[in-house]
Amino acid sequence: MSSKSVQKLDRVVIRFAGDSGDGMQLTGDRFTSETAAMGNDLSTLPNFPAEIRAPQGTLPGVSSFQLHFADHDVLTPGDSPDVLVAMNPAALKANIGDVPRGATIIVNTDEFTSRNLKKVGYDQSPLDDGSLESFHVHAVPLTSITVDALEKFEGLTRKEKERAKNMFALGLLSWMYTRPTTGTEQFLTKKFGAHPEVLEANLTALRAGWNYGETTEDFASSFEIAPATMPPGTYRNITGNTALAHGLVAAAHKAQLPLVLGSYPITPASDILHALSGLKRHDVTTIQAEDEIAGIGIALGASFGGAIGVTTTSGPGLALKSETIGLAVSLELPLVIVDVQRGGPSTGLPTKTEQADLLQALYGRNGESPVPVIAPSTPADCFDAAFEAVRIATAYRTPVILLSDGYLANGSEPWAVPEVADLPDLRVEFATEPNGTDDKGEPVFHPFLRDPDTLARPWAVPGTAGLEHRIGGIEKADVTGNISYDPDNHDHMTRLRAAKVAGIAGIPDVAVEDPTGDAKVLVLGWGSTQGPIAAAVRAVRNAGHSVASAHVRHLNPFPANLGEVLRSYDRVVVPEMNLGQLSMLLRAEYLVDVRPHTSVRGLPFSTVDLADAILTHLEEVQ
Amino acid sequence: MTTTHETTNGAAERPSGLAGIPLLPADATKQTKKDFTSDQEVRWCPGCGDYAILAAVQGFLPELGLKRENITFVSGIGCSSRFPYYLDTYGMHSIHGRAPAIATGLATSRPDQNVWVVTGDGDALSIGGNHLIHALRRNVNLTILLFNNEIYGLTKGQYSPTSRVGQVTKSTPMGSVDQPFNPVSLALGAEATFVARTMDSDRKHLTSILRAAAEHRGTSLVEIYQNCPIFNDGAFELIKDRSQQEARIVHLVDGSPVEVGPEDDRKTLVRMPGGRLEFVSASELSEDSDVVVHDAGAESPAQAFELSRLDSPEMTHVPMGIFRSVSRPTYDDGVRAQVQAAVDTAGGPATDDDLAALLRGRDTWTVA
Repeated sequence: MSSKSVQKLDRVVIRFAGDSGDGMQLTGDRFTSETAAMGNDLSTLPNFPAEIRAPQGTLPGVSSFQLHFADHDVLTPGDSPDVLVAMNPAALKANIGDVPRGATIIVNTDEFTSRNLKKVGYDQSPLDDGSLESFHVHAVPLTSITVDALEKFEGLTRKEKERAKNMFALGLLSWMYTRPTTGTEQFLTKKFGAHPEVLEANLTALRAGWNYGETTEDFASSFEIAPATMPPGTYRNITGNTALAHGLVAAAHKAQLPLVLGSYPITPASDILHALSGLKRHDVTTIQAEDEIAGIGIALGASFGGAIGVTTTSGPGLALKSETIGLAVSLELPLVIVDVQRGGPSTGLPTKTEQADLLQALYGRNGESPVPVIAPSTPADCFDAAFEAVRIATAYRTPVILLSDGYLANGSEPWAVPEVADLPDLRVEFATEPNGTDDKGEPVFHPFLRDPDTLARPWAVPGTAGLEHRIGGIEKADVTGNISYDPDNHDHMTRLRAAKVAGIAGIPDVAVEDPTGDAKVLVLGWGSTQGPIAAAVRAVRNAGHSVASAHVRHLNPFPANLGEVLRSYDRVVVPEMNLGQLSMLLRAEYLVDVRPHTSVRGLPFSTVDLADAILTHLEEVQ
Repeated sequence: MTTTHETTNGAAERPSGLAGIPLLPADATKQTKKDFTSDQEVRWCPGCGDYAILAAVQGFLPELGLKRENITFVSGIGCSSRFPYYLDTYGMHSIHGRAPAIATGLATSRPDQNVWVVTGDGDALSIGGNHLIHALRRNVNLTILLFNNEIYGLTKGQYSPTSRVGQVTKSTPMGSVDQPFNPVSLALGAEATFVARTMDSDRKHLTSILRAAAEHRGTSLVEIYQNCPIFNDGAFELIKDRSQQEARIVHLVDGSPVEVGPEDDRKTLVRMPGGRLEFVSASELSEDSDVVVHDAGAESPAQAFELSRLDSPEMTHVPMGIFRSVSRPTYDDGVRAQVQAAVDTAGGPATDDDLAALLRGRDTWTVA
């Protein structure tokens, strides 16, 4: 039991920041797991440079991990940290602007040398010049305490001992916020099991950090955040990329088909390739292709063969895949294309988030080339969105684009794990018999004879006797699939392909949240803006205003009631991390004067900024 | 003078290219060319070499003893890529250069399919060069037929990556200054396990090469010299002309000395001091001559590569036949073996419980 006082808090935002090599992502991950185990609701935001190792101690090399946890439902990783852990001057300088006055800052004083200070442009140490007066600063020589604590480990070099300082910091924070460390101990045992001395050193550093908080007079009290009230169920913490991979595997399982991934590594989508590569046991084949185009080609070849073909990428890769997506539209074969969006154009901001591929997903192909588009709204929702993408792809024999983003991919939240039995059955019927007769009355197979309800063509896979047929990217005659350059046929087929996608069933209506029922302003979002919008709307309502909110998950086709919803409000505001792409689509489709609220800073919306923007709109329509 | 031949890879030890594909029952009606001919009208230009190749393939396919539904032809874009439409098998006419990638996805996920890629010099070597070299290096179980007419036909007569320097085409009115690829050299450099060359007009040779390519497990690359009567007519006339071909075509025979020319003027390929290869007449041969004996199964592709370099724009000597045929584990077999091993180790296909365990992960908590 702690001998110090324990204060109860309802929410905390912690940001761990350090050099790329300091292990901040690992520290954040472990603190998150401990927090999930406590039953707090949470949301995370890793933020790291694209460079693997920028020069040590410099601003470009700063990597951070932010975690928001609470005794109630958490909607965002938080705007500003209540606690900043800064492992060096660069981490302090890069993050101090986000830290509100009165917040706690823990700095590693060992790194505040004149050389390191100079590297980031500090003339004097901010620890001494009074510039941090309005913060609660804990100056802790993290490195040297860690090295001292590890004195007895004679087999380790000083450098190796220094490396354990992130575990010391984790131990200290775990004490401060009464997190259990057993999970981290098990994790370390697994990770360093083959190196007993390294394992023991890390465990020692972790405990030393805990004990430091417990004994030093610098920390007067620790804090407790009660578990959040969440619906009953079995929970785990999950990132968007993992949830997406699991959603694909679950869908393939429910379709009783093999999953084949053709992919080329690209940030921030690569973790999906990594996750699926480890799931061969679930009949998952992964092929790391020579390029983005081969990745989708492999997936399409597998789909032709009766598997669920998937390719995963980010914006630049989607650009390269566009011709093959067009082929899949023309062939009318199932295919799932995952685009984990990042800042663009071109290489842009590989490790930062953005939502600017919406128009590329919808229109980035030659010809009239309709493709269903779905965007998950939270990390856990990536599971359901992936499942839904497979449902639409297989039922309608169409490529489907899934628009995740960097924020969802690396962010995490607690997920109520679904029961497998409750997941929808996705089994499909392959064609097995001829479906027509030729002019001599002989049975023949018509590869483009459509199901009258779904307008989907038969999925006849190689190996099926009697259904041998040829498909290709040249326009084909309706029903027979033979090459056709007939003008009327092309017009007819173009409209058929559009009607098939427009008529996709099972897309739920947009649900509007308007608690007072008299709101004049609707805030409408898509994709990962859901959390920040909900948090901002909550803040506005708590301030006594009426505002409605809604979220679009299906970007093509839109939910059937969307136009009606938009027209029910005096003003519709659409926050998005681009320059107004959904706004443009809604204006074009529904002739509603939608107001964009946009930001492309590579970061999710700040709740405060968004709430301010909403208040401005509220004032304008009064 | 060396005449003995030691194979590094005995043909008998090799798994067949058709392993894993269901065969027609023994008592099935014998298939004919007609069974593999689709109802589509063939639309190549009159006199196009593609007709001869199509006839040879349609005539050869019954030999495989496979069911039609277990054969798939994938093509890219170009005149040759219309090929799948004319065969009554499964087929896909895809996009420019990408057929090897699409075929890789199909072949890896469907071991019961005999997968062919039909491509041309522009499709395979220009826009699709990357996919071609990676299919060859991976050694996916595919048979790639590369129709080489040294010109872009479908886009009406621009030079291709195999067009000769100086060639006047619509896009090179002053003659091409582009160095061409030698497709055989390229394939050998890309770690290909089977590389052969044949010609549209030699039905017998073409069929024998198709047979060997289909039987090879792994990626087989067959370069087929094919005449384009419209945009590059007569490109291969020097070796098609009966009066000249005997003196020019070097028929590669595994285990035999590399020779060219008629019986009365036979020339033999000899490695000269310093390493250079040269054809010498019988009178110049001696006991000390280092005669080059073709070894398609040699582990090193070095000699096969040297043979491919006998080519010249003047077509003085043109090697034909199988340059290389070696056994190496195939990519698709390896990928399937890993998936199977993972499934077997876990005790069989994943059940609902197995999926539930995956979804739960290692670290869950319960809210009551």
